[in-house]
Amino acid sequence: MEYAKLLGILIVIIGFAMKMDSILIIMLSAVVTAFVGGLGITGLLETLGTSFVSNRSMAIFILIMLVTGTLERNGLKEAAAKLIGKIKSASAGMVIGAYGIMRAIFAAFNVSFGGVAGFVRPIIMPMATGAVEAQGKKVHEDYLEDIKGMASGMENIAWFFCQVLFVGGSGALLVQSTLASLGYEVELIDLAKIEIPVAIVAVGVGIIYYFIKDKKLVKKYYGNKSNSKA
Amino acid sequence: MSFFMDVEIPLGTKLLEVIFIVMGLLSIYTGIKNGLDEENPSRLGTALFWCSLGIVLAFGRWIPPVIDGLLVVIMTIPAILRKVKVGKQNPPTKEEMESAFNRIGMKIFVPALSMGFFAIIFALYTNMGALVGIGAGVLVAIILLMVYSKDNKPQVFLDDCERLLSTVGPLSMLPMLLASLGAIFTAAGVGDVIASLVGNIVPEGNVNVGIIVYAIGMMLFTMIMGNAFAAITVMTVGIAGPFVLAYGANPVVIGMIGLTSGYCGTLCTPMAANFNIVPVAMLDMKDRMGVIKNQIVPALIMILFQIIYMIVLK
Repeated sequence: MEYAKLLGILIVIIGFAMKMDSILIIMLSAVVTAFVGGLGITGLLETLGTSFVSNRSMAIFILIMLVTGTLERNGLKEAAAKLIGKIKSASAGMVIGAYGIMRAIFAAFNVSFGGVAGFVRPIIMPMATGAVEAQGKKVHEDYLEDIKGMASGMENIAWFFCQVLFVGGSGALLVQSTLASLGYEVELIDLAKIEIPVAIVAVGVGIIYYFIKDKKLVKKYYGNKSNSKA
Repeated sequence: MSFFMDVEIPLGTKLLEVIFIVMGLLSIYTGIKNGLDEENPSRLGTALFWCSLGIVLAFGRWIPPVIDGLLVVIMTIPAILRKVKVGKQNPPTKEEMESAFNRIGMKIFVPALSMGFFAIIFALYTNMGALVGIGAGVLVAIILLMVYSKDNKPQVFLDDCERLLSTVGPLSMLPMLLASLGAIFTAAGVGDVIASLVGNIVPEGNVNVGIIVYAIGMMLFTMIMGNAFAAITVMTVGIAGPFVLAYGANPVVIGMIGLTSGYCGTLCTPMAANFNIVPVAMLDMKDRMGVIKNQIVPALIMILFQIIYMIVLK
């Protein structure tokens, strides 16, 4: 009968993998686990209520949204576009790397400029293809496909690993509360500090990998004729 | 009121409670605005969701836990039935944003960065905590934006907040619900069962093997579920707790790096559609896996780095 307690976990894994409604999966798993584990309906409601209230800090994004939307209205994205536009880059790989650094720094302050839809597509892609064309090359169709993939990859890597540096971000709050349920108390600032080397390495790996890959692609599509040694 | 008058309770705790009340009221405002909005296709469900959430956020501390739990259940019903919708909104136009940029310019970065800045300052130099710092940063940002432009009236902030909240919708509650699920798992003793199962495979007492299983497990579970937040709840209770933390490893290192080990999985899976599949469509790419293919090498390097990092720092 002990193994029946794992039913809830099975529901979470299968439910998410089958793309069922996330909230439905969680509630279903909670109800099943509570009954198999002998918590009963009162125990379920009590644990749910206590835990939700003690985790209210995870909803801090609601307070942050009080300014996020109005920042956008007052030209934040336009300012970011101007900032990155100042960087003169010789290749698509360098544009992507520069964006990675900017995205990483602002992610640490929980500031986003609209992701792929809001920033990469309208601002980074034209800069990257512009850098290729400035060398007098025509953008090859397959090369363009890879530039798009690398720009999205840089976007994701910088955001994932640097957003955790924001003290009070939802990832660290979830880690804090999960550890608390096991009896370990940790501070948010310590959780952020421990990620600093990881974030730097992640962004560095992304920048170097895409820079090298871009060089190889340029060689593949345009041969060795221009600045092969840089 | 006695809570706020009590001199025994630290100022930081009281201010945090004030922040929760403000957050709750913003949520209730979202509920009422949509409830009265004739353009919202599901006024009742939307209002029910945001208002019950707002009550738990603002007043949960003073409500008996069973009633809080009941309110959480009530809140999830319209969410599961997909009855939480977006009503009439007033997003900024391109002209509006450009003319604002021409007036305000690069100064806009000051309020944008103020929240993160105050979070760090408060965490390091006061005993009120990072979240109260975020609250201070939000206040400073609002004041600056009002100084920059007289168009930024209180109503503008409120409606922009409502617009973003309605756009992210009930899924924004996922981390909180997952944390609650983790608490239920622990209360029901799920961790002990996993521990006894995995104990047959992982040699007890070998923390390094435990770390490797945990990190790779986080990555694989995240790939299957498409969500590192869901994975960390299960993996920390089942693996990290009994096989790593029980032997005295540093919970700050194991918990946090465990999460970012999961992110290596997020980089490699089409299940994380928002990050890996939606961009393919947005950028008109030909290969559906085009983004993921560009992320596999960095993800593998990072999982290796993080395993070593955890073993060294544990």
